[in-house]
Amino acid sequence: MAEYQNIFTQIQVHGPSYPGVPMEPGHWERQIKPFHLYWAGKLGDAQIGPIYLGATGVLSLICGFIAFEIIGLNMWASVNWDPIEFIRQLFWLALEPPPPQYGLSIPPLHDGGWWLMAGFFLTASIILWWIRTYRRAVALGIGTHMAWAFAAAIWLYLVLGLIRPVLMGSWAEAVPFGIFPHLDWTAAFSIRYGNLFYNPFHMLSIAFLYGSTLLFAMHGATVLAVSRFGGDREIDQIVDRGTASERAALFWRWTMGFNATMESIHRWAWWFAVLTVITGGIGILLTGTVVDNWYLWAVKHGVAPAYPIPVHTLPDPSLLPGGAQ
Amino acid sequence: MKSAKFTRKSLPLAVAGAAALIGLAGCERPPQDVVQLGYNGLGMEAVINPRINAAKIAENIPPAPEPPAADIPAKAKDVYQNVQVLGDLSITEFNRLMLAISKWVAADWPEAERCNYCHASENRALDDKYQKLVARNMLKMTLDTNASWKTHVADTGVTCYTCHRGQPIPANVWYTDPGPKLPDLTVATGQNAHSEVVASTSLPYDPLTPFLLQDHPISVISMNPLPPGEPVERKSIKQAEWSYGLMMYISDALGQNCTFCHNSRSFFDWDQSTQQRTTAWYAIRHVRDINNQYILPLKDILPDNRKGPLGDPLKVGCATCHQGAYKPLFGASMLKDYPELAPKAQVAAAPAPAPAPVAAPVVAPAPAPAAAPAPAPVMAAPAPKPVVAPAPASAPVAAPVAPMAPVMQPAPAPVAAPAPVMAPAPAPARVMAPAPAPVAAPMPAPAPAPVAVPPPAPAPVAAPAPVAAPVAAPAPAPVVAPAPAPAPVAAPPAPAIAPPPAPVMAAPPAPAPSTSAIAPPPAPKLAPMPQPMMPPPGPGMN
Repeated sequence: MAEYQNIFTQIQVHGPSYPGVPMEPGHWERQIKPFHLYWAGKLGDAQIGPIYLGATGVLSLICGFIAFEIIGLNMWASVNWDPIEFIRQLFWLALEPPPPQYGLSIPPLHDGGWWLMAGFFLTASIILWWIRTYRRAVALGIGTHMAWAFAAAIWLYLVLGLIRPVLMGSWAEAVPFGIFPHLDWTAAFSIRYGNLFYNPFHMLSIAFLYGSTLLFAMHGATVLAVSRFGGDREIDQIVDRGTASERAALFWRWTMGFNATMESIHRWAWWFAVLTVITGGIGILLTGTVVDNWYLWAVKHGVAPAYPIPVHTLPDPSLLPGGAQ
Repeated sequence: MKSAKFTRKSLPLAVAGAAALIGLAGCERPPQDVVQLGYNGLGMEAVINPRINAAKIAENIPPAPEPPAADIPAKAKDVYQNVQVLGDLSITEFNRLMLAISKWVAADWPEAERCNYCHASENRALDDKYQKLVARNMLKMTLDTNASWKTHVADTGVTCYTCHRGQPIPANVWYTDPGPKLPDLTVATGQNAHSEVVASTSLPYDPLTPFLLQDHPISVISMNPLPPGEPVERKSIKQAEWSYGLMMYISDALGQNCTFCHNSRSFFDWDQSTQQRTTAWYAIRHVRDINNQYILPLKDILPDNRKGPLGDPLKVGCATCHQGAYKPLFGASMLKDYPELAPKAQVAAAPAPAPAPVAAPVVAPAPAPAAAPAPAPVMAAPAPKPVVAPAPASAPVAAPVAPMAPVMQPAPAPVAAPAPVMAPAPAPARVMAPAPAPVAAPMPAPAPAPVAVPPPAPAPVAAPAPVAAPVAAPAPAPVVAPAPAPAPVAAPPAPAIAPPPAPVMAAPPAPAPSTSAIAPPPAPKLAPMPQPMMPPPGPGMN
């Protein structure tokens, strides 16, 4: 009984290492002779490799490494090359975008130029990696769903770091590279633009994000629950009676009257995940460009409710006689 | 078999449990008390940890007042020499106050020596110790605070003890932070370093210099739903981070969260903010005034160990008095025991403190003032250099600060000061946008003066009330109501007080001293605000 509840794979099937489907001519060779790793098998497939690098993969890694180095070295420089402080304050350090006065011009390297360069190489790396995912999918003869899902995430990344700053006319509107700094930026972004929670696309994005986790939990639990009946062979069993697949379907029909199929659940999950970042990107794009204060926008359109205010409030002191600022 | 299985299964659980404990190590142990501050569902609430609060309350019990002075009509200025402040007090009142001050600021000194922390032992009329010059200026500051800043300190008022707590240097003073040392060819961004000042965020680590010393605009949130239609300067996200940093500092200094002052769903909206936000608004201006009128002029007489690395005197911030309490000493008033510190009229603005030449020493000629032993510094810093009695000619005339200038003018479109010193600046020209951007413009029809405001509602706003009552506080006026009693909330602007004349903005804003390589951005163009910032909540908005 208990083996079905374990979070690790219980039975590892070892076949001979398999190099993969034949390559068409014109491609690079796959790298690394396949081997098996028991601990990898605990989490997934025990076979490691081969890996396909290709031109886009190699270029992507190079660009990503350059961006990583630019960011890391700038962080290190910001603690005067002190290795202890670099580690101690690592989560606080950042590579900041240029100050606002530079607008969209190219700033000096030390004053935001490095940020621009890191952003360029990081973007190049990500785009190259996208091309790679697309072309590998085509090479395998599978659909390009993964590439398009990845593209949705890239959309949000580009809106934050490129498209919106360009529309706002200032690189300073972009996100810094840094752990806490990008989180503080997010909070400051919401505060500056009057509370992002009143942005309907932000609402949608949250709904899809939470929906994604719900669907993931439901599907993962369903398949694990019926794995004793071979539920992991989802599509095999989709039309048969008495199978794990039918039991899974029955469970949901009994509990909520309706069920996804072993095929459609993945379609739902894909769309929920993809729409999280697509709607999120739209919400960011509209902020500052067409809406300056989301709370007031929501009041204007009847979204934000008015609450009785039991706290006795006072007028804005800056508007009183003698007040200023 | 069974036990082996059990071990295998429980190991990950144990690891997860240990990890959770480590992760939670920075958290406070529950339970905490929560006091609701706003309407249901808004999350406006104060979170109070009774265990932490108990310790805090113990630290905030004011000392017992000195016994009352005998009624002797002789005035201090007629008996003592060189009494520049409080000379109209009777000699006994004056001595009683001096005795209290010696305990307030030099408690660690032996009782017989306390006077000598400020005074020359051979002749107390001499102005040869910088401590005395500072003390005189601080007395003027205290008098000014109690007389002119009731919008901040109400009738509770302040005494020396409010900040000093027995120490010559109050605990939470600050100086302009030059930031970490940087290698060549790098420019300080003013942020992204671990700093306790901004509550360990990566926000700008010195938001105090631009906002509590200089008068850069703090508000960053747009007052219009849509962007301005014409290209104007707008507040950037970076600027929001500076204001955010200041708010983190204030929050930490008062031991409160955002909702003590704000309704966090709409930070800018005064119509939804608590009264405490109004108090804080005046408090910010008050602190600015203190730093500019009373602290900066001391620059030339203070020794180096009373200055920051950039040579600026140790300054006052919110935490200097509040020390983690939403009201200093949790609202216990020491002023009522020392009413002489609350003059009716406003005292003259402090001029640069210059030692007055003493005409005739009363006690002894005291030819060698420099021989006074250096007072033991309380900050573990090196002993302050014995201040050699300055010749009257070379009196350290600190740069005279602009007078208080109680101008009541409605501030014709104050030219917004440039962005904080470091980096943040309004975003330059926008590409797309409709409607004029009001940043800080005079309202055509200003709201009624606070005089017309009715007394505070009996809301449970009293905030950290339940536990916060200072147990031993002799104060008969319990400002901190024990329990959700309908006690008046924190300092409503005393009706009689005219709104203080926003001292900082009366003078033309000085150009931002650019301490970094970044040129200050051009002054933002300000358009007059055409309409109220938002329609009042109407019935149709549900």
